[in-house]
Amino acid sequence: MHYLTDRKRANGLGSAKSGTEHFYSMQVSAVALAILVPLFLFTVAPLIGEPFEYVLRHLRQPFRAVITGLTLVVGLVHFKNGARVMIEDYTQGATRKALIFIAAAIAYVLMAAGLFALIRISLSSVPF
Amino acid sequence: MADLNRGKRPLSPFMIGPYYRPQMTSISSILTRITGNALIVTFALIVWWLLAAATGQHYFNFVSHVLTSWFGKLVMLLSILGVWYHFLAGLRHLWYDSGRGLDIETAEKLGWVVIIGSVVLTVLTVVIL
Repeated sequence: MHYLTDRKRANGLGSAKSGTEHFYSMQVSAVALAILVPLFLFTVAPLIGEPFEYVLRHLRQPFRAVITGLTLVVGLVHFKNGARVMIEDYTQGATRKALIFIAAAIAYVLMAAGLFALIRISLSSVPF
Repeated sequence: MADLNRGKRPLSPFMIGPYYRPQMTSISSILTRITGNALIVTFALIVWWLLAAATGQHYFNFVSHVLTSWFGKLVMLLSILGVWYHFLAGLRHLWYDSGRGLDIETAEKLGWVVIIGSVVLTVLTVVIL
């Protein structure tokens, strides 16, 4: 008697290894970014080029801080998964593996650095 | 049957040019990929600017100066154009994924909507900001 179903035995054995998770995650992050990007462009992006104190005062506001954090996290996850598709199309073998790793590393380093800066700006009481 | 050509198959995008005439659908698709991946530069610049704001006034002034130089402004302008293009092309992709808009006439029309729309939105963004 077998406890595994035929379906369970076949899962993951196709040439693609996994199903539609990657495609679906791109759709979900795309919908989120369709909302986040315009909000970021019109509330946070205009701060670029403004004086130091002005930028700090505005970045500390909860709405701007949350929009910036979300745009960084969702945007960079979308980049990591999107860049992977490009890499898989144009390269093979070890080069492919290395480039997928590098793209993910860039995304996570930027994410961590951006969130660290955001938290430091939000929680500091003095303008340094 | 044995695959005699294993490992020696041509890699994309070998089709474009010699075998495949550039057209609205393929060009607007490759531009989606180019803009999407190029936006990592914009992300890096914004994170640099955030880190500078978290570091101190002196360093922030330097970064702000770089971002508002003519070259910085050019990169920011291209970023806005790139993000609007990728935004509209992404919406088009979601529309395609729902199984709609895939006939040639509609697909080519949507390509023009994305290209012209991204330029219009960029001009509007620059005017408003």
